[in-house]
Amino acid sequence: MLKTDTIVVNMGPQHPSTHGVFRMVVTLDGERVVNVDPVVGYLHRGVEKLAERGTYLQFMPLTDRNDYICAMNNNLGYAVAVEKLAGIAVPERAEYIRVIMAELGRIVNHLILVGFLLNDLGAFFTPVLYCLREREKILDLFEMASGSRMTCNYMRFGGVAADLPEEFLPRARKLVASFPAFIDELEALLSTNEILVARTRGVGVLPADAAINGSITGPMLRASGVRYDIRRVEPYSIYDRFDFQVPALEHGDSYDRYMLRILEMRQSVRILEQALAQIPAGEIQTRLPKAFRPAPGEAYARTESPKGELGYYVVSDGSGNPYRIKIRPPSFINISILSQMSVGWKVADLITILGSIDIILGEVDR
Amino acid sequence: MWDLVYDLFPKISQALNAFLRGFLPGWGADLAVIVLVVTVLLLGLAALFMVQTWLERKVIGRMQDRFGPNRVGPLGMLQPVADGIKMFTKEDVTPLRADRLAYNLGPILIIVPAMAVYAVIPFGKGMVGADVNIGVLYLVAISSLATIALLAAGWGSNNKYSLLGGLRAAAQIVSYEVPMVLSMLTAVMLAGSMSMVKIVEAQGGLFGLGWYIFFVPIGPIAFLIYFTCGVAEVNRAPFDIPEAESEIVAGFHTEYSGMKFALFMMGEYIQAFAVSAIAVTLFLGGWQGPVLPPYVWFGLKTFSLWFVLMWLRGTLPRLRVDQLMAFAWKFLLPVSLANIFLTGIGISIVQILTK
Repeated sequence: MLKTDTIVVNMGPQHPSTHGVFRMVVTLDGERVVNVDPVVGYLHRGVEKLAERGTYLQFMPLTDRNDYICAMNNNLGYAVAVEKLAGIAVPERAEYIRVIMAELGRIVNHLILVGFLLNDLGAFFTPVLYCLREREKILDLFEMASGSRMTCNYMRFGGVAADLPEEFLPRARKLVASFPAFIDELEALLSTNEILVARTRGVGVLPADAAINGSITGPMLRASGVRYDIRRVEPYSIYDRFDFQVPALEHGDSYDRYMLRILEMRQSVRILEQALAQIPAGEIQTRLPKAFRPAPGEAYARTESPKGELGYYVVSDGSGNPYRIKIRPPSFINISILSQMSVGWKVADLITILGSIDIILGEVDR
Repeated sequence: MWDLVYDLFPKISQALNAFLRGFLPGWGADLAVIVLVVTVLLLGLAALFMVQTWLERKVIGRMQDRFGPNRVGPLGMLQPVADGIKMFTKEDVTPLRADRLAYNLGPILIIVPAMAVYAVIPFGKGMVGADVNIGVLYLVAISSLATIALLAAGWGSNNKYSLLGGLRAAAQIVSYEVPMVLSMLTAVMLAGSMSMVKIVEAQGGLFGLGWYIFFVPIGPIAFLIYFTCGVAEVNRAPFDIPEAESEIVAGFHTEYSGMKFALFMMGEYIQAFAVSAIAVTLFLGGWQGPVLPPYVWFGLKTFSLWFVLMWLRGTLPRLRVDQLMAFAWKFLLPVSLANIFLTGIGISIVQILTK
């Protein structure tokens, strides 16, 4: 009699493709995944507690380090929340700058995701390096505006930290104009590649009802066929002025999650084209008192970060320090559905499903 | 003069033999020449490995919009030397509770068959280590020994990733060997011999362009099947499933460090080159070709195929293990059987017509 047994493989926290210090305790029956037990917390820094020790503005640089791939979007989410709490208006030009930065950040995020998903699929760094090449150009723009490539710390309550340098807009326009051609090139390499399609089509299907039950947001939800984008359903900043579509696909498999990112990049380019054409001159910041003390109260603001719904819940007790800040990180919520999606698939699929979810451990563990 | 260049290596060996016969008995001179040839071949393979790693890093670097190694020596050509020094000076770790025999045997078992394959490959006219009359059979037998090495390494490391990698490797190599052997049979049938030298000589028609790949449709089909299976046999992209970095870290060689790791790499690269060389010998006419000396033709063709291997690695993602198996058993096997059938019919027709 042949006796077979399952083995438990401890994938992570040190593993080439867990995207940081994520750990999965995987039970395997041969190559088949029987159970996945995600373990998070290796990168816990206590960011929310740190927020209570400093002033409101001192928390801004810490938001950079949550989702460090797209710091601009995190800055924006926190700034929007505090502005809602204190009732601060933002000048027109600053709103445009914010939208430009947020959409560039979305493109950066999706480039990284597509590239590293292909690495997870076993491509030897070629797609990811093409993506990083384009990302560098966007990071150059971030550096021009904020002085920093990744941890930008650029948004302020009631505006942005500094006005755009003179050469920013021409370079941004040039980049945005050349970007559709790059996406076409990337798609020519990837979208119809037979191996990629075979590896992702029908793999890790997330049905729409399961996605809604699991509070999944962002591209994952839209890949499952739910057309839900906070930029549309609850517009913040000036997103209601732009003409763009919210793409949605129907299968909810890994391929759709890949494809949706490509489509979203194209939409971001559309928003950028409009924003770069319409951006007015003027103030970039509302004057605030030196000692910023919002009235007692609380506010929750949600923004559409590239990974999903990014919420900041800010409570004020009238002092200069926030009483409590709670972050709703999209990738922490999105990862909760990993085991449900990946049981029954092969080890190789587990990795690609994880890659297509798009997690960033700075944000998951905070 | 041209004659000398054309048959350079056989002439050197003959001249050496004649020179040695001046003061050695006949068998002693023969033995000395054989030992010398084997030494040159083995050292050449080590050098080849270095060239291969450098070339691959350079070529894939170019494909990925970067320079590749360019710090050590001109064009980074001393990079393999630097790598070698690094490998030699690394600590050689044996994992606790590893199966020491299997763990240490793994790297040796992989390098021996990889080098032994080159004994029967004709590098040029009269440039073959041993012209055995069962050359193709010998190749198949020797190259499948690698399975044991990979299994031993995977089992001996006492690591779950290694075990998964070793089992994947065994399953993959065993599966792909079947269509591979069947596609090699096409060349054997056409040449009517299993000797590698005879197979190459049989492709000498049309001023050295009577390569079996031009025997449409059977030749190209057999070549493609052989090459695909060869890629799978040496675990290179897109069939690098046994050492899939993103899934099982490094598969069977996860636990190896230093020179043991280098031996695995060397085995793999030399084997990959052997796959190119065998494909050239069986289907691309070996050293046959117009004008240029035979060894130049052989080198050109083999390095072209090696370039294709690098190109594949720079382009394609990886298949999944079940898709890989399905591809071997459900597609390649039937096609190669049908191809043999076609070859048989074709040969019979030609025989009837020429009678």
